[in-house]
Amino acid sequence: MNTDQPLHWLLGRLDISALPILPAIRNPTPSEFVAAGAALAVIVGAFAALAFLTWFRLWTPLWRDWLTSTDHKRIGIMYVVLAIVMMARGVIEAGVMRTQQAFGLGGGFLTPEHFSELFTTHGTIMIFFVAMPLIAGIVNYIMPLQIGARDMSFPVMNQISLGLTATGAALVMISLVLAQFSNGTWAAYPPYTGLDFNPGTGPDYWIWTIVFSGIGSTLSGINFAVTIYKERAPGMTLFRMPVFCWTVLCTAIIMIFALPPLTVAALMLGADRYLDFHFFTNDLGGNMMNFVNLFWLFGHPEVYLLVIPAYGVLSETVATFSGKRIYGYTSMVYATMAIAVLSFCVWLHHFFTMGQSANVNIVFGVASMMIAVPTGVKVYNWMATMFRGRIRMTVPMIYAIGFFYLFVIGGLTGVILANPTITYQVHNTLFLVAHFHNVIIPGVVFGLLSGYHYWFPKAFGFRLHEGWGRLIALCWIFGFSLAFLPLYALGFMGMPRRTANFTDPAYLPLLYVALFGAAILLVAVVSILIQLWVSVRRREELAVPLGDPWNGRTLEWATPSPPPPYNFAILPQVRCIDDFADAKATGRAYAEPGADAYEDIEMPDNTPIGVFLCIGTTVLGLALVFYIWWLAIASFVAMTLVFIVRSFRVSSSHVIPAAEIAAAHRHWLDQVRAAAPVTRLEETHSANRGLAVLERPEMTGAAQ
Amino acid sequence: MKHPILHPGLNLGPHHGQTHASAEKAVFGFWVFLMSDLIIFGLMFATYATMSNPVGLAGGPGPKEAFDLTSVFIQTMILLVSSLTFGFASLALRHEAGRGRIALWLVVTLLLGLAFLGFELRDFAHMVEIGAVPSRSGYLSAFWGLVPLHGAHVAAGCVWILVMLAQMATLGLVSVVKTRLLRLGLFWHFLDLVWIGIFTIVYLSGLAS
Ligand code: HEM
Ligand SMILES: [Cu+2]
Repeated sequence: MNTDQPLHWLLGRLDISALPILPAIRNPTPSEFVAAGAALAVIVGAFAALAFLTWFRLWTPLWRDWLTSTDHKRIGIMYVVLAIVMMARGVIEAGVMRTQQAFGLGGGFLTPEHFSELFTTHGTIMIFFVAMPLIAGIVNYIMPLQIGARDMSFPVMNQISLGLTATGAALVMISLVLAQFSNGTWAAYPPYTGLDFNPGTGPDYWIWTIVFSGIGSTLSGINFAVTIYKERAPGMTLFRMPVFCWTVLCTAIIMIFALPPLTVAALMLGADRYLDFHFFTNDLGGNMMNFVNLFWLFGHPEVYLLVIPAYGVLSETVATFSGKRIYGYTSMVYATMAIAVLSFCVWLHHFFTMGQSANVNIVFGVASMMIAVPTGVKVYNWMATMFRGRIRMTVPMIYAIGFFYLFVIGGLTGVILANPTITYQVHNTLFLVAHFHNVIIPGVVFGLLSGYHYWFPKAFGFRLHEGWGRLIALCWIFGFSLAFLPLYALGFMGMPRRTANFTDPAYLPLLYVALFGAAILLVAVVSILIQLWVSVRRREELAVPLGDPWNGRTLEWATPSPPPPYNFAILPQVRCIDDFADAKATGRAYAEPGADAYEDIEMPDNTPIGVFLCIGTTVLGLALVFYIWWLAIASFVAMTLVFIVRSFRVSSSHVIPAAEIAAAHRHWLDQVRAAAPVTRLEETHSANRGLAVLERPEMTGAAQ
Repeated sequence: MKHPILHPGLNLGPHHGQTHASAEKAVFGFWVFLMSDLIIFGLMFATYATMSNPVGLAGGPGPKEAFDLTSVFIQTMILLVSSLTFGFASLALRHEAGRGRIALWLVVTLLLGLAFLGFELRDFAHMVEIGAVPSRSGYLSAFWGLVPLHGAHVAAGCVWILVMLAQMATLGLVSVVKTRLLRLGLFWHFLDLVWIGIFTIVYLSGLAS
């Protein structure tokens, strides 16, 4: 306790000992050095970013074109940037953990507390600040284009969602420099995360990280769902939407219904910690099983929230690169819906061992196994799409092949784990860690990274370097296999998860293999940055400004790359599934509209509200973590006031005149007419300018 | 279709022109938001249900000691009437009865909302007095998690009414003001609905058992 009263009032429990450099000086162990090094890396990284922006005078463009933008495309890109930055940290932490365990026979270099903090932040970051923003980013960018919309239904709310997600990420990053993040796992079970056992800042950081980013994601879900229901172009009936949009709809619905349980659980934990409530305490009638139920009521739908859009991406890439319409469109849609519904009925399989009756376990076990059925439908549909297609083994297809083999293994071990009797054997072992990474990495990560490669040219007007892309994909596939498949065996051998060290030397060989795999994965992540660098440097030769580099099938390819802020000069009239492919085949594509077809377009103005709320909630979160009550109240009141005052401004849009739109559109059409189209086989060559030779896949039959 | 019903709930009607159409998106979005909020309340109810047993009570005060049914009944009536008065405000909006009429019903609703909060706070004060505070037991934690959460929503609704009164005065009945009033209406009725749940599950069944 701080005895210095005024200072305590001013700074709460924030004092000099919160800086990680001090323990490193006082107690120079490797564990402390790793912590101090991480803090240093954050500080240096932050300063480097600030210096970079100042040196190249990028502050104004950053503010004007990005941070205050309400354009769904720019917001999408910012989400992806956030995800890639956070992925770097998550993977580095994973590498440190793998190294620790490889040296963990009877010791290792990290203290158990530090190891716990690592897997807590790794799990939290990977789920909430890598996978979720990657999804939000790709969905933001692509979904409105695919349904022929001009923007999201609620562009300002979209920006606020991004701001709140960034708040969560900022809190996790700040926790490296000020005090510590939680070491109570990403699921933060009480009573361990309660005040009695964990009086420090850690669980508080977790709570506010989760609450703010969770609210942001709920708002995203609302936005996605409303956009899909209300903004579709004329003729775009629900059953003409690309499969990706269906998956977005299902994911949005999961976001709307599954994130509230997490918010509720985190806030209840907060009430226990801050206000002396007894929701989950050991004494006075608290019940920690309520937390476990609430958490997994969110947690299981969450994993489907993550993987369903990845299915959507695969549905697009497999169809495009097989040159065929997706096989079994309707069954694909119903399978997605079935998975979304079932995902709410299985949460109990995360705690089969926690003492409920065998009958309850059986019900949830059977429900869990049932998810394999719609998933199987999907896998067969993808393979049937490829069957007799004219397949090009581009980067997204390499990911897709990796997905087929590896994801099916992960799914099968999931079915194994859905059997309560087996869970009793392998619960809390590395078998489980292998299983969930086996669905998350080949499923979510492969899917999203292939989407990144596939849609990058849409967003920036040039392709990503193909060779580096292949290297990255192969590194992910083989790195994953080496890093995680051995963990199945280790799990069977009885090695528990979440252990920093162990005494059985039999684990060592496989842990070395896993370390090697993690190193390959690190190479993959570094290569993502190199690929970006190389592609930017060679953007002239990789340029595809005309917009259709892969002979695409859906509406997003019917725009120039990058698309104008209003997306479509004239809203498309949709006639069938894969409308752009049909338009190209029937000669409707690139038609010159009449002069009176263009209309003025009203677009939302820029607004700083998202940035403001991001800063406000970050300050609020820090104030709450450090018990700085005056600051918490001040930031809350400030945000409320700004929100109310802002609502008195009526007009917040500007009009883009029809003439300007017509000029830009005609210019693009002229370029299209002047360009030489490329066949599919040349699409990875520099001849590809984003215009495809008109081929008629449906009419000339499958064996063209 | 001559009068397309664009969304569930009270529609402005085609005579409101473009605003009628643009309300569709805004009100639909708000419905979705309310569904999400309803999940939060549902989970608080579920928590309450799992904790209203002897283990959760942990020997602390229970419903019989803590609740005053008369006061709760008065609160219920006040809130139900406030929904009715908000309905009048919505009708005045739809039939373009003028700003004054809308404002009048909004003020009545606001006063009823404040009266509800007044009674509720009095009950809470009583509970604090007899030691029925959240730190006493899991059961009381669940109570204090659920009922004041509803109260906070009502308070937010009151602030929202104030803001709308100010906006009607300064901006007039422009499009955004109309769609905000529609959404506020949904919010207010929604709180009524949640209260019915609280009245039944927390108070009535708590006192009956
Ligand atoms: C890039 C390669 C990755 C490696 C090498 C890796 C490695 C690890 C390791 C070593 C652990 C701790 C296992 C233990 O408990 O003993 C772990 C836990 C975890 N990882 Fe990963 N991981 C990777 C990617 C991911 C991704 C992409 C996600 C999710 C999107 C993820 C989510 C998690 C979660 C949720 C946990 C559990 C944390 C906890 O126990 O609370 N990981 N990972
Ligand atoms: Cu699950």
